[in-house]
Amino acid sequence: MPDPTTRPSQPVAFPQDRTCPYHPPAGYDPVRATRPLARVTLYDGRPAWLVTGHTLARELLTDPRLSTDRNRDGFPMTTPRFAAVKDRRTALLGVDDPEHHTQRRMMIPSFTLRRATELRPRIQRTVDELLDAMIAQGPPAELVGAFALPVPSMVICALLGVPYADHEFFEEQSRRLLRGQDAEETQDARNRLEEYLGDLIDRKRKNPGDGVLDDLVQQQRREGRPDREELLAMAVILLVAGHETTANMISLGTYTLLQHPERLAELRADPALLPAAVEELMRLLSIADGLLRVATEDIEAAGTTIRAGDGVVFSTSVINRDQDVYAAPDTLDFHRPARHHIAFGFGIHQCLGQNLARTELEIALGSLVRRLPTLRLAAPPEEIPFKPGDTIQGMLELPVSW
Amino acid sequence: MRIDIDRDRCIGAGQCALAAPNVFTQDDEGFSTLLPGKEDGGGDPMVREAARACPVGAITVTEPAD
Repeated sequence: MPDPTTRPSQPVAFPQDRTCPYHPPAGYDPVRATRPLARVTLYDGRPAWLVTGHTLARELLTDPRLSTDRNRDGFPMTTPRFAAVKDRRTALLGVDDPEHHTQRRMMIPSFTLRRATELRPRIQRTVDELLDAMIAQGPPAELVGAFALPVPSMVICALLGVPYADHEFFEEQSRRLLRGQDAEETQDARNRLEEYLGDLIDRKRKNPGDGVLDDLVQQQRREGRPDREELLAMAVILLVAGHETTANMISLGTYTLLQHPERLAELRADPALLPAAVEELMRLLSIADGLLRVATEDIEAAGTTIRAGDGVVFSTSVINRDQDVYAAPDTLDFHRPARHHIAFGFGIHQCLGQNLARTELEIALGSLVRRLPTLRLAAPPEEIPFKPGDTIQGMLELPVSW
Repeated sequence: MRIDIDRDRCIGAGQCALAAPNVFTQDDEGFSTLLPGKEDGGGDPMVREAARACPVGAITVTEPAD
């Protein structure tokens, strides 16, 4: 007899739109109750495994029998636009070892803890200037455009060696790449980004600067294996992942804090809580909710068999609320041990930029709440638009006053 | 306490150095390494936490058999 606790009667669709921007969709409740492994149906009607348990997620995300190569048969596609660009070379996130390790090794020195610490003064200056401008203009403000997006955009431009003057162009293409209307728009955005970054890389070959992209050009040259296509794939992912994700964490993190006035007051009273607050926000918000893999061999897991060719999806929002690991998992609590969440992923593909992201979030959120002690939402919270479930989660707009 | 770091496996995420900054650091290439004089963990209670934080299981902590 089927066990009702492990087999939801209705197929659960993945992904779904969130009802509250910082909680998993209510429609995931049946799979949240089915730990550590559930079944879901993707947009194209295909079934996939959904990993929901924290321990199993850590095991499977380090299992080399799960591939991140989008062109393998059975790779789970979560949106038509993602399927449209699956043939494009995707650095890091789209390649398995050993190719992945070769690419990652080239970039590690630019994203160490020490490097993130060295960037602190620069990040603080960027944050201060943006807040100065916002305060000088006076309330109200739209925080995504005035603060949440420009902070990481400026920082990643400086780090990579991309001219910030071009930010409107690449922010728009990133938006179209991640949230375009259809496959054509996604394709076009990727083309435009590649054209832009290709020109930039060609200029850097002739006149090297001191950004990470310049460094990658030089490394390829030193290793005697110039590969413009690989450089382009790396540049696209560094630029897009480098600003979209952090921008979403700043906007959604601010919204979440404003919806938890007691936690916000606690954070204002004790800035030493900032690192723990950032970690807990990362866990609770889990903005990259759906890490995708395909099994290359049969894998025994949770008393069942994941067959070769099966799609495996990791819902970070569900995994990071596994109640066997996190007590009262839906509660924002800066005093819980939030470490070991998998909001940055786990295994060889864990976020390359996580040290930089933590530093940016600490400085951006810390400065925002310190400089604007009366910060509040300038619209009814339920009317403020946020992103659909099939992309990185965050606020589309964030009207605030103070 | 004996700490082994598998450098071939390390992806330079820096999570060991974040969890136990008095024991672990990242070398110039970004790979995990032990701080001078901390090869035995220096009694730091965060060493096991650092090993657990490693996303690729590159850190092994063993207690010598008495």
